[in-house]
Amino acid sequence: MRNRIMATAIAAMMTIAASAQIGSPYIHDPSTVVECDGKYYTFGTGGGGLISEDGWNWHSGGVRPGGGVAPDAIKIGDRYLVVYSTGGVQGVRYGSHVYAMWNKTLDPESPDFGYTDPIDIAGSNGYEDCDGIDPGLMMGPDGRLWLVYGTYFGYLRVVELDPATARAIGDPVNVALSCEAGEMMYKDGWYYLLATHGTCCSGVNSTYEIIVGRSKYPTGPYYDNLGRDMIHGGGRLLLASEPRRIGAGHFGRFIVGDGIEKFSFHFEGDLDRSGRSVLAIRPLMWKDGWPVAGKPFENGEYSIVSERRGYSLELAVNNVPMNTGARGVSRNADGPVVALEDQKLSDVIGTWPEGNINLRIGPELFRPHQAWVITEVPEAGGYIGGAYCKITLAGTNRTLTATADREITTVPEFTGAPEQLWRIDQLTDGTYRIMPKLVPGTDQELVLISVADSTPSLGVFDPDSDNSKWNLNKH
Amino acid sequence: MKIMNKILLAVFLVTAAAATGNAQKKNAKIDVAEALKGYFKPVTTPYATPDEKGFIRRWMMLEPISKPNSTNRVFTDTYTRENLSVEYFPGQYTVIPKDGDKVKVTMEYQPPVNLTSNRPTAPQGQQPKFVKATLTWHALDSDHFFVKLFRFATGLDKDRYGVIFWTVTVINCEEDIENVRLAVGSNKAARWWVNGEELLLLAGDRHMGVDSAVSDRITLHKGKNILRGVTMNGPGMSEFCARFIDDTGKPVRNFTITCN
Repeated sequence: MRNRIMATAIAAMMTIAASAQIGSPYIHDPSTVVECDGKYYTFGTGGGGLISEDGWNWHSGGVRPGGGVAPDAIKIGDRYLVVYSTGGVQGVRYGSHVYAMWNKTLDPESPDFGYTDPIDIAGSNGYEDCDGIDPGLMMGPDGRLWLVYGTYFGYLRVVELDPATARAIGDPVNVALSCEAGEMMYKDGWYYLLATHGTCCSGVNSTYEIIVGRSKYPTGPYYDNLGRDMIHGGGRLLLASEPRRIGAGHFGRFIVGDGIEKFSFHFEGDLDRSGRSVLAIRPLMWKDGWPVAGKPFENGEYSIVSERRGYSLELAVNNVPMNTGARGVSRNADGPVVALEDQKLSDVIGTWPEGNINLRIGPELFRPHQAWVITEVPEAGGYIGGAYCKITLAGTNRTLTATADREITTVPEFTGAPEQLWRIDQLTDGTYRIMPKLVPGTDQELVLISVADSTPSLGVFDPDSDNSKWNLNKH
Repeated sequence: MKIMNKILLAVFLVTAAAATGNAQKKNAKIDVAEALKGYFKPVTTPYATPDEKGFIRRWMMLEPISKPNSTNRVFTDTYTRENLSVEYFPGQYTVIPKDGDKVKVTMEYQPPVNLTSNRPTAPQGQQPKFVKATLTWHALDSDHFFVKLFRFATGLDKDRYGVIFWTVTVINCEEDIENVRLAVGSNKAARWWVNGEELLLLAGDRHMGVDSAVSDRITLHKGKNILRGVTMNGPGMSEFCARFIDDTGKPVRNFTITCN
């Protein structure tokens, strides 16, 4: 019985690990994740925040004074700007203030750590159609700094800030109605306004959802995919809920590098964690000029298909013909039609050599030498938005491994060595980058590439080349 | 009756009177045009037309009826239908009121709130108490494409959270207009009728989005068509927008709007 309980607990942990940040990622209204000296930080409502060494395993420890709600953070030059808001000022509901403060570092252990005194940069008087909380920051491509703030009580507003002082420049502009948790981002000539619709702060009964509109100007108007102005209630859905995780809100963009973006947010209620509000990080993709939410990676059996050719990563072994069914062009038209079995591992594994087996890329036939099981390895740590995985041939322990000569091979057993652990990032176009945690003998970051239609290797990631991109087709 | 009960009754009656009558006493002194400035103007013209996007801005609006809802999560389909089916005043589904008409209602008591208060708090674990009140219909033109119910309430110094707003207007057509849909955006739960036929039930913690819900196709008949909506909120903002759209989604504008 005890073993059964243990097994159930381990299975539950695996389920959590497969789709949520691990550790203690408990936070509400998280700020955009910011990297500082190799660590990741996010701050939440009420003060404090989370820290992660790797972007996957989170724990409390962030320090943000001032209390209040829904902070945001951004790095400007060599300083960090943190904003937060307080409501109900002087007893007036919806009378709110946004405060800004600077810090040289977000690491509370650093001797340089120390916030400046907060300054009041925006807000609402309690009698206007705006509730000046939920601030979000964006640095535009031209070096201009923008703040969006507001809740369901009236309008979201955008105002420009002086990037040197964070003080407001000019008057705020109404940009959206009946939204909150605003955030802005810029890409390819468009400004995007992210916000939420739906019920906040009700745990698993929340209906929070992230919506988006876009504009050529930071002050709007922001239109959705149907041309509806967000000030008329428009907004295209980015993400609402996932199975067992309810109520997405407080979007924050995190650019990993060219072609790789993530976004942080919270789920109001995680059914695997007592319905608590948790930090989540997902791939951010782009399609036809609109952001699209990627899904959490799922353990499972996949074909690993090159974007370059559409061929499948496979063991370099004989392609054993299936010894059954119709052959040639006659198609046995007069016989009964029956379903044939897939080729089984047992049909072919005896023909494979022992020891290491190299790889190639071949036409996708869904054969045993092309079927890969990708499984997160929780004890191996992670990276921003994901856990390291092992990639084994289905039905075996044969493991994909990076080699010291910057190639790949398979070894008979998984040992947990870093060259057998793989980081899998979904790219902005929906394909994947597959990168070993370590390539023996080098500090260089190399990824799985198609160096030729039929030849895999390791090489430098090029976001503009299909050689660096793979599709994971689930079986 | 024990002395304590007498005291409690007296306290309740005074409080209830304060809650329901406070605004009424002030109402006589309120300059409606000034009180609703920026959101509404009293009607001064014989008729209005839809704005360029087809939104209907002229409405008869009844001062809010108290119905405490401490959260917006309560607005299920059943809750919305049941609580917006209660007869608060005679003829509520048929009346075409005139500006200044009075309505006597029996409504659920809730503590008075104002801009400095937090969310409305219904007495916990107690049976609801009911009070009588006299409410007034106002003929108003909205300054915006939407009807800011919250500001209608605050402007007139009425309860603004946990209340029900009855609104009605008259659509005058010179000929039948077929295959139109009533399109409503509603911040919060609502029911809508045209000529007595219920067209929309809008449940949930909704925000106001233009055309977020539309009716089946209907015909606006030659002559008068009565458009009636009732909206119920909890804490926070409340507003709606309404227009008719054709089969292609374009606004219908070939009618006039009057209060009677």
